[in-house]
Amino acid sequence: MTALTVVQVGYGATTQDLGRPGFSDMGLGAAGAADRGSAALANRLVGNRPDAAVLEVLLGSVTLRADAYVVAATTGAACPVEVERADGSVRGAASHEVLLLAPGDTLRIGTATVGLRTYVAVLGGFAVDPVLGSRSWDSLARLGPPPLSAGDVLPVGDARVSWPIVDAVPQPEPRWPDEPVVLDVVPGPRDDWFTPEWRTTLTGQDFSVSADSDRVGVRTTAETPLVRSVARELPSEGVETGSLQVPPEGFPVLFLADHPVTGGYPVVGVLTPSAIDLAAQLRPGDPLRFRIVR
Amino acid sequence: MTGPEVRSAGGTALLATFGSLADVVAFRAGLAQATLPGLTEVVSGARTLLLRFDRTTTDPGRLRAELKQVVPVNASLEAHDSEPLVIPVTYDGEDLDTVTELTGMRRDELVAWHTGQLWTSAFCGFAPGFSYLTGSARPLDLPRRSTARTAVPSGAVALAGEFSAVYPRTSPGGWQLIGRTDVPMWSLDRTPPALAPAGTLVRFVVAGAA
Repeated sequence: MTALTVVQVGYGATTQDLGRPGFSDMGLGAAGAADRGSAALANRLVGNRPDAAVLEVLLGSVTLRADAYVVAATTGAACPVEVERADGSVRGAASHEVLLLAPGDTLRIGTATVGLRTYVAVLGGFAVDPVLGSRSWDSLARLGPPPLSAGDVLPVGDARVSWPIVDAVPQPEPRWPDEPVVLDVVPGPRDDWFTPEWRTTLTGQDFSVSADSDRVGVRTTAETPLVRSVARELPSEGVETGSLQVPPEGFPVLFLADHPVTGGYPVVGVLTPSAIDLAAQLRPGDPLRFRIVR
Repeated sequence: MTGPEVRSAGGTALLATFGSLADVVAFRAGLAQATLPGLTEVVSGARTLLLRFDRTTTDPGRLRAELKQVVPVNASLEAHDSEPLVIPVTYDGEDLDTVTELTGMRRDELVAWHTGQLWTSAFCGFAPGFSYLTGSARPLDLPRRSTARTAVPSGAVALAGEFSAVYPRTSPGGWQLIGRTDVPMWSLDRTPPALAPAGTLVRFVVAGAA
């Protein structure tokens, strides 16, 4: 069976697919790729089914060795990419293009300069053992195929529909380091638990991504906090991916793929699907702004 | 009961809010008997139901209209035909003294209160297999500990607010610990992996007493 061996992992990598929705009644969230658009693009580039598992790699920085011919592509945070042949010669390559690896080739993915999560797809998908029907690692539940470590052998599966049809797609527009990312928010379900000024507080200032952000949520800080108008405790209620949950400090946590099933702080608004993908690419220290839609 | 208040929760979910947990349970039972095309997942909360839907099949307006047609079903717990799950507990939790102080109950009264009622898994959250159990007797409405423990052991039996729960694995936690059990609340070796998904009836017994 075709396989790739993990030679090196930098800042952490997991396998992810469309997740395992439907277990909320047991306290288990869906997980799945944090930036779904980029993961889907990686699968489409190589010719996979949408449910094929990809690698989600923090800041790029992973090295894989192929033992057979493998078609691969990387998307998401754009990284320097190169392929080292078995004889030591190096072939230049790029993110967002289809690569053909020969037996013995090593795929080196360098560190991204902008963005947080890089997705690596191979034609056929990564066929590690699924848990409860999914190959997604859930960092909150600590469930699913474990995060990658050097020496792991990742089998290639048969989740393919075709050979690649395009050879490359445009990389994401680069942005200036101090240019805020704009995230679209739909108000509710608990916007009325805040003073009416919440709209101007949310949209009228820059927020910054905190260091303790992860696949559960992007934590933010800003100058002025959101203020509650309803002070009583919120009984735990179901929360959506993309929710802006506001803890007592008043700065929203943006829930990503591994968010808890229920939460006990009010959700002032929910990100649109494309804003969730943008949020999943934010690094600690990145500036962001919110825009209320509807 | 008049229909629930329905709030928007992003582009693909609605949040229905209720006055009591009993109303939530009754509406969910009614929902199970209705056909709402495009409704993909229902997540129970203490006073809410989060309703996820598929935008290619339905839309918020249509779903809101269909929710008005749902007839709640008040299932009497006593009339329930399934046998409750029995969880043997050793009542030696670290917070027993705090709980007896807060409630004015003696230890044996607290144990009798905990074992003498039928509990229902209202919803799960916090961790896989963590069931929020609501009792048939008057709740104690205990506050959480002022500081959470960094590691509550797996199997710890605890109280907070109107709920009781068993920690499915070692994790941080702020609930008042009254005992422990060997019964695993979560195991990937069985289907379903959660022992007490929403709707499960539970009875606690004193370990070794049977």
